[in-house]
Amino acid sequence: MAITLEEVRHVAKLARLDLDEGEIVYFQSELNALIGHFSDIQKVDVSGIVPTSHAVVMQNVWAEDIAEEGLPRVTALRNAALHRAGLFVVPQIIED
Amino acid sequence: MLTGLSAFEIAAKVRAKEVSCVEVAQAFIDRVEELDGQYGAFLRLAPEVTFEQAAAVQERVDRGEAGLLAGVPIALKDNISTLGIETTCASKILEGYVPPFNATVVEQILAADGVVLGKTNLDEFAMGASTETSAYQLTKNPWDTTRSPGGSSGGSAAAVAAELAPVALGSDTGGSIRQPASLCGIVGFKPTYGRTSRYGLIAFGSSLDQIGPLARNVEDAALLASVTSGKDPRDGTSLPNPPIDISSLKSRSLKGMKVAVPDEMFGDATSPEVQAVIEEAMKTLEAEGVVFTRVSIPSIKLGVTTYYIIAPAEASSNLGRFDGIRYGLRAEGKGHIDLVEKTRSAGFGKEVKTRIMIGTYALSAGYYDAYYVRAQQVRAIMQQEFAQVYQDYDFVLSPTSPITAFKIGELNQDPLALKLLDYCTIPANMGGMPGISINAGFAGGLPVGLQLLAAPLEDESVLRAAYAIEKALPGASGRPPMP
Repeated sequence: MAITLEEVRHVAKLARLDLDEGEIVYFQSELNALIGHFSDIQKVDVSGIVPTSHAVVMQNVWAEDIAEEGLPRVTALRNAALHRAGLFVVPQIIED
Repeated sequence: MLTGLSAFEIAAKVRAKEVSCVEVAQAFIDRVEELDGQYGAFLRLAPEVTFEQAAAVQERVDRGEAGLLAGVPIALKDNISTLGIETTCASKILEGYVPPFNATVVEQILAADGVVLGKTNLDEFAMGASTETSAYQLTKNPWDTTRSPGGSSGGSAAAVAAELAPVALGSDTGGSIRQPASLCGIVGFKPTYGRTSRYGLIAFGSSLDQIGPLARNVEDAALLASVTSGKDPRDGTSLPNPPIDISSLKSRSLKGMKVAVPDEMFGDATSPEVQAVIEEAMKTLEAEGVVFTRVSIPSIKLGVTTYYIIAPAEASSNLGRFDGIRYGLRAEGKGHIDLVEKTRSAGFGKEVKTRIMIGTYALSAGYYDAYYVRAQQVRAIMQQEFAQVYQDYDFVLSPTSPITAFKIGELNQDPLALKLLDYCTIPANMGGMPGISINAGFAGGLPVGLQLLAAPLEDESVLRAAYAIEKALPGASGRPPMP
């Protein structure tokens, strides 16, 4: 089941990666090589096996509901490339 | 020489006031500045922070209040957040990022009176097994500087092996502490998943990632593991167990130790020269009373595939946060989505993009059940098979890496060659098990690591056994050629 160029473009879009045509071709061959190797688990009998999302069994973890100081705003903004009036600056999201 | 001492020895000398914390810090900073041009282990030092911490520790030493790590300088993999010290994950997307907080492990180190020495190189976002995918520099293996130190914690491993730091922290998602430790001839320990807080570790594969120590002997690794473990309310996956207790580290005898040796980690899986060293070490241990039994754990063969679905799937989600808005690189774009796409394309390297692509594919509609769910089922099978083995045996022993240190550039053309290096180390991450690599000997002048695994929460047992094995293999360790 080889991955098509169209699928690579679709996955790149989902992953929010802007790839040029050369990269699309590169990732097609890279993904096909890896996915080809993944066929070994397709043959395993997994009937009745419950998938584990974690290495060690975890239950709900509760914490006391205590108010704590968060990061000061000025500290939280310090690593942003653009901020103004105590807010992150983003491009316009809703078109005119 | 001060820089050749173990962490235990340094802390003892500091406490006895034979040397000051500032002198210790100065000695290591001088050595890094003098020699690291040859190794490329460190991405950066932060002398102002190091000296400030050293002076504060010295005040406590003078009051007779010094902690377990009194004055010990510690190198930190550059995916561990450090307040006031740039933290990049060896990626261009985080160039210039200065965390506004410390990872829990850093706070634990400071509370035990350790000192942050600097930040070490890694594969970009810890994705690799050679430290070659770093966006900044190559790291060289101190045993042979034409060879890779392994990875992804290659900078931490090279720093410790070359005595640029007494101990270091790394992170291990599929073998990233144990494999470089093996290739550099040192000790690397991955604790049970959840025993060490991941708070402040920049996430790669959240269900697999674990921070752990690299050191030149088991005692130092155990010391750092004990300081950096314990329940952390800031990490929801942190286990309620107390910190790793090393008070009985030296109490274990090898006599009667029951050790399973999986067929799947020998034979075709491992190079003949690595296998010969491990088998020789096993003979020595057998003479000391260890009972080895060959077993079969079939799911080991599925580990690499399972890992290369689960880890990228988690990574594709975790790395979604790098959007150019809140921190890190920001590219110009026409509108919001274009800005995000351009930022990520400019900021991530090839290997990181590959893994984001695989992960996104495995999670996408139509493939989710065939890949992601199935991989999670295989992980469950692997956990069951190992649990079965631990009913009859104390430990599982294998080589850590199938090969010794390889030439830089030798393996990075084949997309699978580097990934297969994690073959023996992946099961520990899949099963949350503690795992340690210690040096077992040499093949062609290069170190060969032996891996010991145990059931989850048997961290103390695995450290005790490793300590006893290290003592039984006195010729197994050595010092790389260096000035």
